[in-house]
Amino acid sequence: MPTTVPAYGSEAAERLASLADVTASDGALRRFLHGLPGVDAVGLDARAATLGTRSIKTSAKAYAIDLAISMIDLTTLEGADTPGKVRALCAKGVRPGDGAPRVAAICVYPDMVATARQAVADSGVQIASVATAFPAGRTALPVKLADTRDAVAAGADEIDMVIDRGAFLSGRYLEVFEEIKAVKEACARPTGTASDGEAKGATRSAPGGAAHLKVIFETGELQTYDNVRRASWLAMLAGADFIKTSTGKVAVNATPPVTLLMLEAVRDFHATIGVRVGVKPAGGIRTTKDAIKYLVMVNETLGEGWLSADWFRFGASSLLNDLLMQRQKLSTGRYSGPDYVTVD
Amino acid sequence: MAFDYAPAPESRAIVDIAPSYGLFIDGEFREAADGKVFKTLAPASEEVLAEVAQASAQDVDHAVKAARKAFETWSALPGAERAKYLFRIARIIQERSRELAVLESLDNGKPIRESRDFDLPLVAAHFFYYAGWADKLDHASFGANPRPLGVAGQVIPWNFPLLMLSWKIAPALATGNTVVLKPAETTPLSALFFADICRQAGLPKGVVNILTGDGTAGAALVAHPDVNKVAFTGSTEVGKAIARTVAGTDKKLTLELGGKAANIVFDDAPIDQAVEGVVNGIFFNQGHVCCAGSRLLVQESVADELLDALKRRMATLRVGDPLDKNTDVGAINSAEQLARITELADAGESEGAERWAPACDLPSSGYWFAPTLFTGVTQAHRIAREEVFGPVLSVLTFRTPAEAVEKANNTPYGLSAGIWTEKGSRSLWMASKLRAGIVWSNTFNKLDPTSPFGGYKESGYGREGGRHGLEAYLAPSSPKGEHA
Repeated sequence: MPTTVPAYGSEAAERLASLADVTASDGALRRFLHGLPGVDAVGLDARAATLGTRSIKTSAKAYAIDLAISMIDLTTLEGADTPGKVRALCAKGVRPGDGAPRVAAICVYPDMVATARQAVADSGVQIASVATAFPAGRTALPVKLADTRDAVAAGADEIDMVIDRGAFLSGRYLEVFEEIKAVKEACARPTGTASDGEAKGATRSAPGGAAHLKVIFETGELQTYDNVRRASWLAMLAGADFIKTSTGKVAVNATPPVTLLMLEAVRDFHATIGVRVGVKPAGGIRTTKDAIKYLVMVNETLGEGWLSADWFRFGASSLLNDLLMQRQKLSTGRYSGPDYVTVD
Repeated sequence: MAFDYAPAPESRAIVDIAPSYGLFIDGEFREAADGKVFKTLAPASEEVLAEVAQASAQDVDHAVKAARKAFETWSALPGAERAKYLFRIARIIQERSRELAVLESLDNGKPIRESRDFDLPLVAAHFFYYAGWADKLDHASFGANPRPLGVAGQVIPWNFPLLMLSWKIAPALATGNTVVLKPAETTPLSALFFADICRQAGLPKGVVNILTGDGTAGAALVAHPDVNKVAFTGSTEVGKAIARTVAGTDKKLTLELGGKAANIVFDDAPIDQAVEGVVNGIFFNQGHVCCAGSRLLVQESVADELLDALKRRMATLRVGDPLDKNTDVGAINSAEQLARITELADAGESEGAERWAPACDLPSSGYWFAPTLFTGVTQAHRIAREEVFGPVLSVLTFRTPAEAVEKANNTPYGLSAGIWTEKGSRSLWMASKLRAGIVWSNTFNKLDPTSPFGGYKESGYGREGGRHGLEAYLAPSSPKGEHA
């Protein structure tokens, strides 16, 4: 197995270049993606369900709860978002309370990035911004790139882009590939625009460094597991730092089998060229019990190396309060109820 | 810090094991006629769980007489009435499923995850399924008024004690037969708890009789002249002895014996799911499965890739305390079985196959064997031909579908097989060529009461489960009016 380099490092580009032949043309890319092993849906569902029966108790549960909190991209993506709402969320993310670790990032729309950036200050909490005409992605490429650059300029550390599902479903894989590459380039931070309070968190790009790119597939729209595996490889080949399931805006969002499949794709990609990519399930993960099931999947598919906010995230909003309540329950033996965590 | 799963033991408190148990004959527990007893152990710790009566030939005779007497009234009941009892038993099994799962894991050594999620749900499902048939036998394609045979003598193995009991008892009772059942010597407890369930369900006395004991009790049961039907699940060796005993009598016989199933992985297989299927095929229930996929036949072009993935996956198997909810592989059922597995694995090594097992800490007491695979195995090796009945996988390769069929069929057994390919036409072609009673496509060890189960060749004859499973307990239909 090749040595490991992170997807956001400069060496990753050289490794990806070694696979340039598979992305040389639409035909080559199609042949490669369709040559990946198929996914048996019944078997995948069964494996995810079995991992879901792991019983995580006492010390393991305490570890998992704190780990899960530290992996949250605390999210608000509403038309009704205001600076006040975003600041409240940031305050919660920086200090969830009772000695709980801070979350990984605050995830907002591009126009809220500056507000969030200021609110988290030098806490180490990252600012993630959705971009590329989130959630539908149905706009022209120049608009998507401008959307991305704007968010980066406002101080986003991470960009959560959506792929063009229309292009993917009609088989125009190279178009999707090129679009991801273009957005990745747009993630570069022009010198002089680097924001305040950076270089605190482990994942924070260096001053002037590029924002990390998360690529959202909207797996609920891709529908088949074969499509999810192909999209995973496609995005990783194009330079994704993270692959992410969903926007949270459609009927079916993150599910354990879809996430397991993406973890397996990341594992295989890593085994092939040694580039390490992160995974972010998003949407619908609301309880501690669910979050722990995801951590078990990471643990038993990718292992310890992926058990940090650098390599696994939860895109969630209400999950944090449930984790905090379970955390209290574990330390005090009593369940205090929703009035003992903050509404943000 | 690593994500170490803290111990998550299922509580033993839910099951109340008595210090000693008698034989269940004619609705009551009684000591063996000659007062003999034996001990049953927890294979994970070698702790003595209880003392159990050892049935003698005299006890067998009492039990068969009780069953004969009960047969008169039981067989005369309308099917719908028999169904009521079976439905009641099924519901009680569901209600007591946690207790029974813990008991099964204690006495057998299998992981609680399996007894809880596989054995017990299937046991209840089997009773529900055959309860549904009891009043519909006229429509089961055996002609009008198919008749029960009489007293069924049933001998079951230790690998799925309660599940094998359900496969035997549910169809027998649904069709109007009465039963004398002997559970395996090393796993008698769940059958004795089932006897209690029969009482709880108000089942008439003598319809179900449970005789615990060793092979001599089983031999006496199948040889008893007033037994009309013999059903056996177990080793091919004992199956042959039973066939000899029954030969020349009017007893009807079904045998479900050993296997050496091929799990065949083609280069276009869904690799991750195939790996899961291979793991589930051989390490499920410590490989104590007659239909286990003990031979992996992998197409040479993907052999390295598949083996890497398989080893990586095997390294995540959690071996240990059967009552821990996170255990994947439990204890070997007995010292005797452990010795047999060890002997065959050693033979594999001395015959030149390459042995591999992930690093795993095995408990110091009890009977344990690490999940093991052998590469470089050929058809000539003993581990490719003999049933190990343990967590030992032999890996062989093939080049073409025809060669896969030839190798898969090249065994005295013929119980099951698995095919892994994304190509439907190839699955169907393979299934038609494989001489195996069950062929799974892109799955393995998937069992359901509606599906007939049974083998070809030395894997036995007759089918259990489904409509086919009724046939083993019914006499040919009689013309209208002749029916008693």
